[in-house]
Amino acid sequence: MNTILQGISSEVVINSNGPVVIIGECINPTRRKKLVSTLQEGSFDYVLELAESQIKAMADVLDVNVGFPGVDDVKLLPAAVLAIRDKFDIPLCLDSPNPKAIEAALKVAGGKCLINSVNGEEKSMNSLLPIAKEYGAAIIGLTMDDDGITHDPEKRLAIAEKILKRAVKAGIKEEDVIIDPLAMAVSADPMACVVTLETIRLVHQKLGMNITQGASNISFGLPDREILNAAFMSLSILYGLTCPIANPEKITAAVRATDLIMGRDDYAVRFLENFQVTNR
Amino acid sequence: MNDILEKIALCVEFGKINKVSPYPPDMKDQDGADELAKRALDEGTKPDEILDKALVPAMAKVGNKFSRKEIYVPQMLMAAKAMNSAMVHLKPYFQSGETKRKGKFVIGTVSGDLHDIGKNLVAMMIEGGGWEVIDLGVDVSTEKFMKAMDENPGAVLGLSALLTTTMENMKKTVAAIKEKQPGSKILIGGAPVTKEYCEKIGADYYSPDPQGAVNYLKQLVS
Repeated sequence: MNTILQGISSEVVINSNGPVVIIGECINPTRRKKLVSTLQEGSFDYVLELAESQIKAMADVLDVNVGFPGVDDVKLLPAAVLAIRDKFDIPLCLDSPNPKAIEAALKVAGGKCLINSVNGEEKSMNSLLPIAKEYGAAIIGLTMDDDGITHDPEKRLAIAEKILKRAVKAGIKEEDVIIDPLAMAVSADPMACVVTLETIRLVHQKLGMNITQGASNISFGLPDREILNAAFMSLSILYGLTCPIANPEKITAAVRATDLIMGRDDYAVRFLENFQVTNR
Repeated sequence: MNDILEKIALCVEFGKINKVSPYPPDMKDQDGADELAKRALDEGTKPDEILDKALVPAMAKVGNKFSRKEIYVPQMLMAAKAMNSAMVHLKPYFQSGETKRKGKFVIGTVSGDLHDIGKNLVAMMIEGGGWEVIDLGVDVSTEKFMKAMDENPGAVLGLSALLTTTMENMKKTVAAIKEKQPGSKILIGGAPVTKEYCEKIGADYYSPDPQGAVNYLKQLVS
């Protein structure tokens, strides 16, 4: 199954059998206080800096989140999108809990964006699915619902199916739904990553959908975070992860290595490209 | 210090829950916090001595090591579990009123936020600091916080948020609680939270780590 995202004239194809597409996570104020302060000053310079460094590190898509206390993200999200659009031709993943901010950003973004995210809660599906349909956007479906987060992979699969069904009913194409299996910290629950991996396996096998995940959180509360993230990334890709949201400066090497090992990088072209570009 | 209290403190500090627990490996087959706390009580040690001379100082050590990044989340969770296995034996004394705790502490993550690890660590540390903890869980509405504060007069409130997008809900909860209970004390924490934000929304204290929260509570009652 192919999910196609577009910038202005650029296009990224996410295939459910890989190779892996990287959605850069860095334009996000959580844990990045400099982003908050520069945005408060009304400057997008740092946003553009983060965009550029992630593109250099092989990000294929950029996640854009500018939500923090005291900000009107109905205004700020589209403004940030326009600032990025002005400089870079890359598909965007619009990240906000506020459907109005998502809609305002979709109005100006052009291309074909990804919405981060819809979940299985009635309120979320009812507010966001019509917006995705109207603007022709793809969506990330987070596998939690009105009952909260379940630790049963079969139940997460059922939520994925529910979101898919409702999206199709709302007029969204099947391939434009990407599933997030939920990745949680392994420091607090030794089985957390196993549950995620099993969910990935089920969604990949039974639904054949593209799969994303915010994969940097699993290492919270532990040292050697990059090693943990890379190990989890490789295993997730083996099970069917196709478009992680992560920091490309930290993860691209592991992603390209995994693709190579899985036999989907002939002549190691993409692996070597990353090695040469990052100039190590 | 009394030998058995010292042993309990060591079990808590290193996460030795009970005799059958395989962790930590170098304490294999030894009695854990569970057996030792029970034995201490049977031998006539006062429950508040176990609390104040074993559990509280051991958990403070754990909290300080965590603040200095000498230990990590799983090790804190082991310590907290060991503490709980000792605390179980003290609960009847708390309930009968024979042993008093330092006060009550209500905690939860604010509306919209499901990230509970930080909140759980703070709750454990504060319980280990000798307080009664009322944990409201995750995604807690302002109304639910208000209700808990009404039901527990004099309780200190702790609010947690991990995302910049949910942090805004702290402001609403703080404003609502302070309007109804101006004398109440509220401390806040979580990755995006800062001291400046704490001052701005009118909360009383910001701590970057669990031990800071324990220390703040300690000076409130001293």
